Amino acid sequence: MEDLIYLDYNATTPLAPEVLEAMMPYLTNWYGNASSSHLFGQRIADAVKKARGQVADLIDCDPNEIVFTSGATESINLAIKGVLQDRLDDKRHIVTVQTEHPAVLDVCRFLETRGYEVTYLPVQPDGLLEVEDFRRALRSDTALATVMLVNNETGVIQPIQKLAELAHEVGALFMTDATQAVGKMPVSVDDLDVDLMAFSAHKFYGPKGVGGLFIRSQSSRKIWLRPIIHGGGQEHELRSGTLNVAGIVGMGKACQLSGDQMEVDALSISKLRDTLETALLKIDQAFINGSKEHRLYNVTNITFPNLDAVMLVGLSKNIAISNGSACTSFVLKASHVLKAMGLKDDEAFGALRFSFGRNVHSSSVDYVICEMREIIERKKFVK
Amino acid sequence: MKRIYLDNAATTPLDPQVLEEMLPLMREQFGNPSSIHGHGRVVRSAIEKARKKVAELLNTSPSEIFFTSGGTEADNTVLTNSVLAKGVTHIITSPLEHHAVLHTAESLEKRGLVKVSLVELDEKGFVNYAHLEELLRNNPNTLISLMHGNNEIANLLDLERVGHLAAEHGALFHSDTVQTMGHYRHDLQHLKTHFIVGAAHKFHGPKGVGFMYLQAGTRIPPFIHGGAQERNMRGGTENVYGIVGLAKALEIAYSEMDEHQRYIKGLKTRMIERLKEAIPDVRFNGDSENVEGSLYTVLNVSFPPSADSEMLLFNLDIEGVSASGGSACSSGSDVGSHVLTALKADPSRPSARFSFSKYNTAEEIDEVVAKLTTIVGAVV
Repeated sequence: MEDLIYLDYNATTPLAPEVLEAMMPYLTNWYGNASSSHLFGQRIADAVKKARGQVADLIDCDPNEIVFTSGATESINLAIKGVLQDRLDDKRHIVTVQTEHPAVLDVCRFLETRGYEVTYLPVQPDGLLEVEDFRRALRSDTALATVMLVNNETGVIQPIQKLAELAHEVGALFMTDATQAVGKMPVSVDDLDVDLMAFSAHKFYGPKGVGGLFIRSQSSRKIWLRPIIHGGGQEHELRSGTLNVAGIVGMGKACQLSGDQMEVDALSISKLRDTLETALLKIDQAFINGSKEHRLYNVTNITFPNLDAVMLVGLSKNIAISNGSACTSFVLKASHVLKAMGLKDDEAFGALRFSFGRNVHSSSVDYVICEMREIIERKKFVK
Repeated sequence: MKRIYLDNAATTPLDPQVLEEMLPLMREQFGNPSSIHGHGRVVRSAIEKARKKVAELLNTSPSEIFFTSGGTEADNTVLTNSVLAKGVTHIITSPLEHHAVLHTAESLEKRGLVKVSLVELDEKGFVNYAHLEELLRNNPNTLISLMHGNNEIANLLDLERVGHLAAEHGALFHSDTVQTMGHYRHDLQHLKTHFIVGAAHKFHGPKGVGFMYLQAGTRIPPFIHGGAQERNMRGGTENVYGIVGLAKALEIAYSEMDEHQRYIKGLKTRMIERLKEAIPDVRFNGDSENVEGSLYTVLNVSFPPSADSEMLLFNLDIEGVSASGGSACSSGSDVGSHVLTALKADPSRPSARFSFSKYNTAEEIDEVVAKLTTIVGAVV
C-alpha cells in the first residue's frame, strides 16, 4: 500500500500513531467492563471519563453532554428518532436539506413511512442553503431542523448559527451533522448554539466504530430525547451496550491531537489543496463544485465534463480519490449533492472529490496533477 | 497484589492473537470499505472474509450474518423490527432476560406497539413449557425471545425444544446467545431459531462489535439507517478491525472449544467443591451448580446469611478479586440483580457471580475460595 497516494480523507483517515498508542493498554491489560462496580472496572470507567473530557474540550461543552455511540450514523439515528418518536406533543415535522449525508436522509425517509412529515430544502448552485427558504419552511409543528455543518462531498459550510437561531424562534430544536467538521475546524457548540451534534472519530485520525452525540443539557430549551437502543442503561440511559473502551479512549486522544494541531494542519493542507485545484482547473472546461468562499480547506470537488469518474477511480490504481461519498460510491447513481446543486447527470458523473489530510506530501500532489492531466487530456476514461 | 479476574461474563480479555489480526488494519490498511479504490477494496475484502468465517463456523450462509456495534444493538434490532416490519404483535420473554431484551420489549409495549407476556418459571429459573405453549396457543403473531445461557445464574435453554414449539405455532424465535456464542457450537442448519446474536468481547474479541444472524426469509429492515453498508441492513462506516477481530476470536474459540470446555468445567467443579468444603451451607443460585448442564463459564454463589452482597463483593475487591453481583450493565447503579429478585432469592443470603475464562487457573480458584472463607467467616 506504500505506493498508493491517498486523497480520500473525507471517506476515512488513518489512525494517528499516538491514538493507537493510547488505545493499546485497553486492547491488552486493561480489558475490564467500564460498567463493572469493582476497582478494575472503575479504572476503566476513569479512562472513559478522561476521554469524555477530551471530546468536551474540543467541541466546547460539558462532558456530561456527550453520549458515546458506534459512530456518526448511529448518533444521527439517535438524535432524529430520539427527538421525533413518542413525543408527548403533536410536533411531527422535520426540516432538512437535500444535500445531507444519507445517514440523515435515510432516517428522514424512514420517519416519513411512520407518518412524520419532512421538508427537504433545495440549495443554491454553490451548495449553500438560502436562509430565507429555511425560515419559510419552519412551522409551529416543526420538532427538529437538521443541517450539516460541512458537506462531505463539496466541503461547503452552511451558516449553522443563523439557522439554529431561526429554528429556535419557532420552538424547534436544531441538530447538525458535524462529521466532516469536528477535528478539522474549530467547532463550538455554544457559538453555533446547536442542541444536538453528531460526529465520528475515524474522520479525524481516530478509530472506526466510535462516535458521539452532543446533547445540550444546560439550556432553557427543553431537549426531548428518547433512546433508540435499550438495555443496560449506559450513557445516562440514552445508549445501552458495553462501552467500546479502546475506541472511546482513541477518540478522546484524537480530539486532543486535533485541538493541538488544527491550525498547523489547516495551513499546510489548504496550501496543497489549492495547488492541486489551481492546476486541475486549467484542464479544459473543468469547474469547482460548491462555494469557494464558504468551504472547508481540505477538499475540492471538480467536474471534468465528459469524464467517467467511476471508471477513473476504479482504474487509477495508485491514487485513492472518490467519485462521491464513500457510502454511495458502489451505487451507480449521480451524486444527490451535485444534482441538488443543479448539475446535469453528465456533469455529476464527471465529478471527482479530492480530500486532503495530515499525511499528504507535496510530491504526491505533483504526481496526482500529472496523472490527472495525462488521464483526462488523453481522454482515457471518456465515455 | 496480582488481580484475579473472575468477571468474564461481563467482559473477557482480548486474545493476543486477535489483536495481532486487528493491528494491520489499525496501522496500514485504513481505507473505508465502501470506497471503490484500492484502499477501500482491501478493507472490504477483509470484512467479507470475516463474514464468511463467522458463517462457516455457525454452519450458515454469509448472507445471513450482519455486523453491529454489539449484542445490545443486535437484540434491539431484532425485537424492534420484528414488531415494526414482521407483523409481530406479541412478545414472549422471561423476567430473567438481559436488559437488552427486557427493556427493549418493555419500551415497545409502552409505545403501544406490542403486548409482552412473561413466561412462567420454576424455582430454579427454568421455563414452564406448558405455560409457554399456552401463551403461544392464545396469541398469534408472536415473537419468542428467550436467551440461550443466562448471564447470572447459568441456566441453559433447550433451543431445539423452543424452536420446535415456535415452528408448531408459527411464531418467530429469537435467542440472545451472547453468553454462549464462542462457548458452545451453534449449528444453524439444525437450530430452529430465526435470529441469534453475538458480542465479540464475550469470547475474547474486541468491544464495540457484534453480529446478528437473520434467517433468510425472515429478513427485517434496517434499524440504524443511513448508507448502504451491510447490504442495506446497517448504516455507518464499518468497525473494520472490530469485525476482523470478532471473526478471529470466534475462529479461535471454535478451534479450541473442546479443550476450553473441559478446562473451564474443571475450574468450576473445583470452585464448587472447595466452597462446599470451606463454607458450611453454601448454595448455588439457579442451575449454576450443574456443571455439565449449565453455562460452564458462570457460577452464582449464595453465601450463608451475613452482610449484604455489596459488602461481600467490596471486601473481595479490596482483596484483589474482580467478581460481580449481577450483570455489569447495571452494576454501576447497584440496583441489585433483577434475575435473583425474579427468582425470589433469600435476601438475607449474599450472592456473588464468578465467571471464568481460559485464562483463569486452579491456583486462582483456590486463592479466591480462601479469601471468601476469610471474608464470610469475618463478617458472620
